[in-house]
Amino acid sequence: MATPDLTDGELEQLIACPSCDALYRAVSPGVGARATCERCHHVLITPIAGAALQIVALALTILVLLTAAVFTPFLSIEANGLKHSVSIFDATLAFAQVNMIGLTVLVTTLIVVVPLLRMLLLLFVLVPMLLKRPPFDGAGLAFRWSEDLRPWSMAEIFVLGVGVALVKIANLAHVEIGTAFWLFAALVVVTVFQDRFLCRWTIWGALESGHLAPEEYARRGAARQPAGPEHG
Amino acid sequence: MADVQAEPRQCLTARQAGLVACTHCARVWPLGTETCGRCGKRLQSRDTHSMSRVWAWWVVGLICYIPANLFPMLKTTLLAKTAGSTIVGGAVELMAHGDIPVALVILTASVAIPMGKFVAVAYLALSVQHGWTHDLLRRMQLYEVVEFVGRWSMIDVFVVAVLSALVQLSVVVSIHPGPAAVTFALSVVFTMLSARSFDSRMIWDSLDAKPLEASKT
Repeated sequence: MATPDLTDGELEQLIACPSCDALYRAVSPGVGARATCERCHHVLITPIAGAALQIVALALTILVLLTAAVFTPFLSIEANGLKHSVSIFDATLAFAQVNMIGLTVLVTTLIVVVPLLRMLLLLFVLVPMLLKRPPFDGAGLAFRWSEDLRPWSMAEIFVLGVGVALVKIANLAHVEIGTAFWLFAALVVVTVFQDRFLCRWTIWGALESGHLAPEEYARRGAARQPAGPEHG
Repeated sequence: MADVQAEPRQCLTARQAGLVACTHCARVWPLGTETCGRCGKRLQSRDTHSMSRVWAWWVVGLICYIPANLFPMLKTTLLAKTAGSTIVGGAVELMAHGDIPVALVILTASVAIPMGKFVAVAYLALSVQHGWTHDLLRRMQLYEVVEFVGRWSMIDVFVVAVLSALVQLSVVVSIHPGPAAVTFALSVVFTMLSARSFDSRMIWDSLDAKPLEASKT
């Protein structure tokens, strides 16, 4: 089944499903639609109009929310006249008090450092693209890291964890929810939206070709011969 | 797509076409290329060491999961009396208070998901090692569920962190993390690494191993 030597330009028009290795001719399904792998249903291409702008806007929102959430009180508890407020850093430092510094580092990394780092990397990659400038050196590496970090960004799990903790002590003391809790809850919603806008194939295509805006790439792709993955 | 569901179609893979695919950015290169020219990831047509890494992380994860269940996750000091509660113990306590939905969240995230993950990853690894040809699509979906759901197990560690930071009301009552918090967090991290080491393309290789003509009618 060996194919005769293909030029780089021809290879560029192919896409292989990362989950099952099935080979397709890359055809953009058109803005708003999804191209999925026929046999394993992995989503291959999902171009969205103005995705770069939306991702950048949401990344900035997340940065602001996260910074504010770290420094404002998260929850406060009141029982028998004693009051105690905690910020997110207090929560992670709880492990350091009992010699579990490793856990403090791990938890801080998962709920603050990784989400923060991902957003900075995405801005680094997408802002030049948005301004129709050539990407920065290392933009490719930055985007790869940002995608590799995605499963380790656990802010939304932390929010649910806080919910469970609240129920656990509801009968022990009166708990007040602070500003930071709502900031974090908003952050979760924004993150979910942002992930929906992010199409790896489109961004890599734009990075490879230099300055091409994702929408433009999608338009060009749609003009090609339709022989690629099904339009799901 | 109903026919695909019933019998996954055989199709041309990058490897059969003499190409190697980047698992990160989906770009293809001639077989033998070492790194992806677009995103810089190391290219391997099939990750041949994948199975040993899957099993190594799996075993370490399981070793950490055992003490995570035996030792207390939380130590509550109420009027100078300290009582520890394990993961299951804490959930049972919640149920006794009538907080059944929350108890179920904890039991799902800390018991059902980790246990299910150990079984699922072992099943997937064995199925690939023995070249099973059935249920390809269902196994692929199982893998996607495992990857998606695994990180949610971290919830109990966050609950412990929040509780210990919050409940520090001097001598009356205080809550401290127990040793199980560490081993449980490690177990979640190791099982996530185990699942991520798995090269899902190998699930489909049993199908592609058959001669391509067989499926053409």
